[in-house]
Amino acid sequence: MKTPLAFALAAVVLAALAAAPLFIPDYWTGVLLGMTGYVALATAWALFSGPTRYVSLATVAFFGVGAYTVAVLNEVLPYPLVLLCAGGIGAAMALVVGLSTLRLAGVYFVIFTFGLAELVRQTVSWWEVNVTYTMGRYVFLPFEGRHIYWQLLALAAVTLLISWAIGRSRLGLALKAIGDDETVAAHAGINVTRIKLMLFVISATLITLVGAIQAPRWTYIEPSIVFNPTVSFMTLIMALLGGAMRLWGPLVGAVPLFLLFEWLSVSFPDHFSIILGLLFILIVFVMPQGVLAKLEDLRGRGKP
Amino acid sequence: MLEHVVNGLVLGGTYALVAMGLTIQYGIARIMNLSFGDTIIAACFATWLMFTGLALSPILALVVLVPAGYALSLVVYRFIMKPLVDRAPDEGALEVDSILVTFGLLFVIQGVLLTLFGGGYTSYSYLNSPVNVLGTTVAANRLLALALSLAIGAALVVVLFRTRWGMTLRAVALAPQSAPLYGIDTNRAARTAFAIGGALACTGGVVLSMFQTFTATGGVVFTMKALIVVILGGKGSVPGAIVAGLLLGLVETFVAAYIDPGLTLAAVYTVFLALLLVRPNGLFGKA
Repeated sequence: MKTPLAFALAAVVLAALAAAPLFIPDYWTGVLLGMTGYVALATAWALFSGPTRYVSLATVAFFGVGAYTVAVLNEVLPYPLVLLCAGGIGAAMALVVGLSTLRLAGVYFVIFTFGLAELVRQTVSWWEVNVTYTMGRYVFLPFEGRHIYWQLLALAAVTLLISWAIGRSRLGLALKAIGDDETVAAHAGINVTRIKLMLFVISATLITLVGAIQAPRWTYIEPSIVFNPTVSFMTLIMALLGGAMRLWGPLVGAVPLFLLFEWLSVSFPDHFSIILGLLFILIVFVMPQGVLAKLEDLRGRGKP
Repeated sequence: MLEHVVNGLVLGGTYALVAMGLTIQYGIARIMNLSFGDTIIAACFATWLMFTGLALSPILALVVLVPAGYALSLVVYRFIMKPLVDRAPDEGALEVDSILVTFGLLFVIQGVLLTLFGGGYTSYSYLNSPVNVLGTTVAANRLLALALSLAIGAALVVVLFRTRWGMTLRAVALAPQSAPLYGIDTNRAARTAFAIGGALACTGGVVLSMFQTFTATGGVVFTMKALIVVILGGKGSVPGAIVAGLLLGLVETFVAAYIDPGLTLAAVYTVFLALLLVRPNGLFGKA
């Protein structure tokens, strides 16, 4: 498909999605909202982890920091400034984490991100108990479900746009080289650490913003709610199912899985994590490159 | 001051014991096992079941659970890890795949434990009598735990460095490509190493359950600390794991005593980062 045509089509779909809350019941707006949130999360996650193959397990650390920033600042600053602060804090945190671990082998990064959410959660809890003497905060913002949905929709669109633009730029080319072979990329004159760091900061900032925008949905926020490790896990499994190396992959994975999880958490609340884990193992075994690559494979095999 | 040293060593002893299993799995079998901590928790619950249900002492539980952990790990390796090992084109791909698959396994084990035992804190009382060590009062079960960790650690070091079998394992850890040239069956070595790791995880679980409360969701923290100890000590190095484990225990105890108990995890991470900056391959690692 030609690029202008694809853009026109994407714009039409986006407009239709944006108009949807005016016609559908509130429950379905809520479902759309959650789904859009995960599309944005999975796409932002794949932005860094897809091409570099550095599996980040810290999604919820950034997500939670975003939500918590809104909880702390929502009565002090006007809303756009709060979002700006959240993005800034997320970027700064990603910079510190990236600077200390991305110079080293990928496994250090994984280990660090594995514990990051727990570390941030404990530190925030400690700060709240010992310094500010509050545990749990309220978010009072005059938003309904559809307002949050529209913001998330815009953010998801921006995330996809960034992902598309990076894929076509010199940065994207450098990233592909790093993903293929880091040593070769370094010898070809690519500043490997700087590019990884840049991508990680962009991806983490977007994830932080998703958390910040979704914060008003909870009304009441405390560390154990917003730093829930299931968020990291769901993001990862969605991006993997669709294919983390492709622009539309995370979206293709996020939509069906979100609906499935929504149904599972209602029908089997006690066995949710077992089913989630088994499904994940299955995906790693059957289609490690994602659904889109699998489809292409099948189509390629069908041809004579 | 001295009491903190004693307490720190006792805590560090368990960290060392737990991390030895992980370092063997990662160093020799090349499997980064994120579900390691949940295996420990599963062993904790099994010990608790035997103690409260059958009135078996944890020492006897050790006799049952350690071989069980070895056998179960063999099965897990055969059906989950082996296909990934065969599929992976290089070491990096295996690392990513094993991280992903064990991340899934983590949620499965945690979910099973949650359904079986619920989310509450569990503990039992065994050998909870005070003992005087260098003027500090320590619970007897903690001392027993330290003694067990050190004994098992020493036995492992002897086996790895003084027997032919141990030499085979170390050869695979050092040069996985060249080991087959000397007639070493790397597949078998990897399988054995993974199973030994599982057996050590069960040992750690039994020992920990003697003096600590545990929950179904607590596995992640154990995995995290064990991972940090493994990296600090140097990938695949058993002596490194022992030293780094003891060090971590001391750091945690001192931070809890002199700064704030809520900041132990932050302190552990600081030590981890600081050491990585100076020695990226760990204390006992080779470049």
